[in-house]
Amino acid sequence: MSVDKNTVRKVARLARIAVPEERLEPLAGELNSILAWIEQLNEVNVDGVEAMTTPVAMKLPMREDVVSDGDIRDQVLANAPKSEDGFFVVPKVVE
Amino acid sequence: MTNLTQLTLSDAVDGLKAKQFSSKEITQAFLTEIDKSNPHLNAYVVVTADKALKMAEASDANLKAGKGGRLEGAPLGIKDLFCTAGVRTTACSNILGEFTPTYESTVTQNLWDQGAVMLGKLNMDEFAMGSANETSRFGPPASPWRRQGSNVKLTAGGSSGGSATAVSADLCLAATASDTGGSIRQPAAFTGTVGIKPTYGRASRYGMVAFASSLDQAGPLAKNVKDAALMLEIMCSADPKDSTSLHLPVPEWTKSVGQSVKGMRIGIPKEYRVDGMPEEIEKLWQQGIAWLKAEGATIVDVSLPHTKYALPAYYIVAPAEASSNLARYDGIRYGARQSGDGSLTSTYETTRAKGFGAEVQRRLMIGTYVLSAGYYDAYYLRAQKVRTKILEDFEKAFEVCDALLTPATPSAAFGYGEKGADPVEMYLNDIFTVTANLAGLPAIAVPAGVDHQGLPLGLQVIGKALDEEACFKVAGAIERAANFTARPARWW
Repeated sequence: MSVDKNTVRKVARLARIAVPEERLEPLAGELNSILAWIEQLNEVNVDGVEAMTTPVAMKLPMREDVVSDGDIRDQVLANAPKSEDGFFVVPKVVE
Repeated sequence: MTNLTQLTLSDAVDGLKAKQFSSKEITQAFLTEIDKSNPHLNAYVVVTADKALKMAEASDANLKAGKGGRLEGAPLGIKDLFCTAGVRTTACSNILGEFTPTYESTVTQNLWDQGAVMLGKLNMDEFAMGSANETSRFGPPASPWRRQGSNVKLTAGGSSGGSATAVSADLCLAATASDTGGSIRQPAAFTGTVGIKPTYGRASRYGMVAFASSLDQAGPLAKNVKDAALMLEIMCSADPKDSTSLHLPVPEWTKSVGQSVKGMRIGIPKEYRVDGMPEEIEKLWQQGIAWLKAEGATIVDVSLPHTKYALPAYYIVAPAEASSNLARYDGIRYGARQSGDGSLTSTYETTRAKGFGAEVQRRLMIGTYVLSAGYYDAYYLRAQKVRTKILEDFEKAFEVCDALLTPATPSAAFGYGEKGADPVEMYLNDIFTVTANLAGLPAIAVPAGVDHQGLPLGLQVIGKALDEEACFKVAGAIERAANFTARPARWW
């Protein structure tokens, strides 16, 4: 599998990274060299093999479904690039 | 009295308890040294002098009252990956802007609870993605080590390059670090320091800036094996704030360090003898084998046949998880926002294009691609299955041995710009370390000698899951046999 300029444009869009037109071709080259190297994994027979989850079998811990945190609005907003009246300010999304 | 900054962590803790010097004295000694050295070494990206002195004063009051934790008054450096309340934390990425956490990571909280003093935040590769610490928004640190007769600026390794620089240049007693593919052990090997990555789940990931969640583990960089054990004992804990944290008691690893390796079976994996590996690395490995034999260990040849697939598997799993983890950086809730043309999509795309460096963008693109519709099975799922094969290799090897001995890195430290432009060439640096991350196993790097140019070289000990004890025992034996006393000649 190898990627072309259009695939790079699509992937950049999915990753929400603005990539200038002139960077698409060089990026395709870089990605292809990494992907070609990754292709080696096709040599490994993984029939019937389970995907790895953890080296130490452990049950996920459960806890009571109760509020254990909160009432920290000002802390949550403390690093916002833009906030007003206790809200995040975001670009207009509805016309 | 000897220079306070040159003490080991254990000796400093003892000296503080015995009131040979105060925390304020040793903290001030470090701050003065950082002031002098940091313009040349660029190890610290934030120096928290006021906070350090306040913490030192509190420690001195505790010590005076005969109280205090296991690290009371001991000044440490913190990798910029750990959230520290009230202190800027950016993982050395522009996208985090001036982000100042309002909460503390569990690992650092554990250290403060034992009385440690924070000197500042240490340089690293952006989001821990790199093997030379050259992707940092603050520029790379300079290793205190140089080749004999050369003034070429060398890397202290990556991603924990700032931690390794600070520990090896006596700019802290010990440092926190993190390891996703070798980011503790490779810098340790490059700087003549000791670094350990524990079993996955031993250290809480709460408050650690996430890179690849199934691989990331915190661990220390320290001046010797005992200090590393002391740091790790305190950093690790069962934490309800991290669901992957192991709910197991933390053993007393400091007690393992001096223990004999007599009767232990040490496995030597033949696949770690790679093409183009310098003869000096092979020699060092043989030397390590001879030392352990002389201490009464039995050497066993083992095979880990899927070793060559570890790096390619890593470069699917890590970018895939990173692309998911780093989706949170959208310029809306925190970090540096760029507005683009003012629309929401343009805000996202411009924020991320300007905020992420080239290597991070490359990995996010790879990760997004391998997770995109139709490719999940071919890439991510297959890589996770290869991980199982790699873990099975280890489990099979551990049927006939108690720990594995390998080189830590395929070469000594290299100079900035000495590697080619091909990203895969840089990735190959992690060839000996990445397997332990994929299998979740504990692994330690310990200095064992110098190369013909006087640069440190390290050996790695990989243990069974949850058997950090074996790592500390074997590393301790290597440390005693190697008697590594080389120091960087001061040029800064």
